Amino acid sequence: MSYDTSTTLDDDTREAIDIDRTKGDFHFPERHKFDAGRGLTEKTIDYICDVKNDPQWVREFRHKALQVFREKPMPTNWATKDLENIDFDVIRYYLSDGEKPKRSWDEVPEEVLKTFERLGIPEQERAFLAGVEAQYDSEAAYSNMKEELTKLGVIFVNSTEGLKNHEEIFRPWFGKVIPTSDNKFSALNSAVFSGGSFIYIPKGVKLKQPLQAYFRINSENFGQFERTLIIADEGAEVMYMEGCTAPKFETSTLHSAVVELVALKGAKIQYVTVQNWSSNVFNLVTKRGLAMEDAEVRWIDCNIGSRLTMKYPGVIMKGERARGEVISIALANSGQHQDTGAKMIHAANNTTSNIVSKSISVGEGRATYRGQVHIPKHLKGCKNNTECDALLINAHSRTDTYPAITVRGNQHATQHEASVSQVSEDMLFYMQQRGLSEGEAMSLAVNGFINDLVREFPMEYSVELKRLIDLEMEGSVG
Amino acid sequence: MSAVLDMPSILDSAPATPAALPAWFAERQRAAWQRFLETPQPKRGDEPWRFSSVKQLDFAAFARPEVSAANDLVARSVALESPAAKFVFANDTLLHSESNHLPAGVVCLPLADALVSHGDLVRAHFMQQETRLGSAKWTALHEAHLANGLFVHVPANVEVAGTIEVFHWVAGENAAIFPHTLVVTGANAKVRVVDYFQSVDAAPGLVIAVNDLIAGPGSKLDYLAIQALNENTKIVQVNETGAGKDSSTTGFILNTGASWARNETLCRLEGEGARSDMLSVSVPARDQEYDQRTFQHHVSPGAYSDLLYKNSLYDKARTIFSGLIFVDEGAHRTDAYQTCRNLLMSGDAEANSMPGLEINADDVKCSHGSTSCPISDEEIFYLRARGIDPARARQLIARGFSVEVIERLGDEAVEAMVLRFLDDKFAHIAGGGA
Repeated sequence: MSYDTSTTLDDDTREAIDIDRTKGDFHFPERHKFDAGRGLTEKTIDYICDVKNDPQWVREFRHKALQVFREKPMPTNWATKDLENIDFDVIRYYLSDGEKPKRSWDEVPEEVLKTFERLGIPEQERAFLAGVEAQYDSEAAYSNMKEELTKLGVIFVNSTEGLKNHEEIFRPWFGKVIPTSDNKFSALNSAVFSGGSFIYIPKGVKLKQPLQAYFRINSENFGQFERTLIIADEGAEVMYMEGCTAPKFETSTLHSAVVELVALKGAKIQYVTVQNWSSNVFNLVTKRGLAMEDAEVRWIDCNIGSRLTMKYPGVIMKGERARGEVISIALANSGQHQDTGAKMIHAANNTTSNIVSKSISVGEGRATYRGQVHIPKHLKGCKNNTECDALLINAHSRTDTYPAITVRGNQHATQHEASVSQVSEDMLFYMQQRGLSEGEAMSLAVNGFINDLVREFPMEYSVELKRLIDLEMEGSVG
Repeated sequence: MSAVLDMPSILDSAPATPAALPAWFAERQRAAWQRFLETPQPKRGDEPWRFSSVKQLDFAAFARPEVSAANDLVARSVALESPAAKFVFANDTLLHSESNHLPAGVVCLPLADALVSHGDLVRAHFMQQETRLGSAKWTALHEAHLANGLFVHVPANVEVAGTIEVFHWVAGENAAIFPHTLVVTGANAKVRVVDYFQSVDAAPGLVIAVNDLIAGPGSKLDYLAIQALNENTKIVQVNETGAGKDSSTTGFILNTGASWARNETLCRLEGEGARSDMLSVSVPARDQEYDQRTFQHHVSPGAYSDLLYKNSLYDKARTIFSGLIFVDEGAHRTDAYQTCRNLLMSGDAEANSMPGLEINADDVKCSHGSTSCPISDEEIFYLRARGIDPARARQLIARGFSVEVIERLGDEAVEAMVLRFLDDKFAHIAGGGA
């Protein structure tokens, strides 16, 4: 399955092999059997449906979503005007080589394999993962899960397989946590979604090892629209981790995912994201979890890279004593805008939520926190804690905070705190006195700032995270 | 009431500028009316009006009637003992003015007089800043309808002892008033001005007030707005403060009255060492709604601003707080703080907080905090253990909550005056504020 023998490869793309030094910044030539072309029309939708052999209800769902997408205005009344630079007519909405996801690494096409090997995925799987799904442009290239989990009834497949083979579980929750009309980009995703994971953890099953997915954009002007739905049945527990990369292209690329989590009574879902997009990716993601009685949804989110990230993971606490948490770290370097935050919707008594957000602005980077906490008046005993801290490294770095907290009634407690600081001269001087270079001192100070959050990440990720941050900080001092 | 029916709505036309006033002012008023017409009405979804009840912004029913039977208003206009100067307006008409101990060189005049006698001085400072927090249409309407107000200019190195008081009464059914206060201090000067907004009776009214405070280098400028209108009246109050090098400004707003109040407070810290304290106490009850927007603009490096807003919400009251600390590029060594605290005294109250930061410099210390909580059981228990009944304990805690802000005014007589207005409000809440 070496790409050299592939019949779909032409000379131009063969020449376009371009491997760079940095970890995610390389790409392989495209050899797509299916390409929906540029721009988005009813025909694009039909093309995707035909290629994927979607059931009729999915086709209707997509067409309806396209209408909503067209009607919805860009949210530029509150968000950055940079959104207007997205040209929906040049984006390619579906690319795939038309092959089924492989169950073994030996079957994965060589360049895809190389991609994921460079990113360290097979090793990680061998080390400790319960299952892996790897997506290359529009479709999953590899999908595997340990056998014993299958026996327990755990389902871990891509969303296409999910909606075809597990319709009875998939369909009742699909689009229920995040309706198509939630925002312009959730509508876009609903129209053209492809790939992403579908996970079902049966009653009482507690996964000791995390499930992982990897998303990779390999083609220029390509929009990746994965759709993930995770359902943890009563008392189940799961940790899901995703990583994202894309190479540096001349023109911008769009990543617009929708992730829905459903934690039924007493279930726990932890969703860990480490993304390291290149700095021309528009990353506009809608993520929301639904927590029923005694359930817990935790979003652990790390955003590095991208041109513009807009991501506000949310939790709707629908059952009593449900708990929602968002822990996020954002690093904005020059030319990057990390517009991240959290949304906590309390919809039952005695629900609690916690938001801890830390951002670092380097060079001319801009980090924004935007949050919403909503506690209606017919409830009692709801609590929210919000903390957001920002660290500014250089004189042109920028940070903003825009929380919105609505509390009705006198049975609740909320607190919000934010602070902005810089690495002080004294701190750097102290460390330099003890023989560290200025760069090392700065790196140590920054790692200290986020240290208590990094500990929340699984070990492998926290090591990678520290390395990524060191990399981003290079050349920012002196 | 019948008099009002014949009057044109304030939205249909603005009166001609009196011939006695300078031509530049007439031109400003004409331009303002044009701007009012051209500025779109705020609507749902506009970010500066997030969470606001924009339906409150229908001002078509209001007109500008002459004031009649205002005999007792001067007698009712008493707050501080022996103020440095006192002015009483009813429907923007001057009823009374007195000046007791003003030092030489201080200009303290009704705005209509100052426009004639100190035209250039007024012109240099009159509404020089753009309205940025959402009410541009209403400040344009204010400027077009402006008939009178107060102009204070304290020259360099002159300190005004005591307080200048201005009473603004709203009289008559659906009457609208447009009070204006412009205070300018020279280098190292000192002055304190209080505006009182009150209703003659229970008739519905509208107040669109603007105050501009310009603090010169090293000066101290204190401004208080006491809003105790009846609960059928609406108010839009827009403040603009410019704080020069080493100056210290304090802006305080007490909200006890009005059915709906919108406060927009903007402070520009324009010189090193400038300090601005932005304070507010609001005690809404019944269906009252207070909508407060603030902006701490650090233009210059090395300035300090501290905002503390406290709301105690009773019954079905609703508050909105939206604050932003904005640090310009290069405004290093900024110290900026912003705190909004909501005390929820009823199960039907609603508090919305949007504390924000936009920081474009790196060497800064900025923080904001916002809390919304009921009185905790532990606090009540503590007081009960000392023999105080629960209702009284709640009263004490609620009052103490507001007093923490009032104590920062730094003048006993002024603090006592503010507390009288506060206690009057508590007396009009079921259970005395418990």
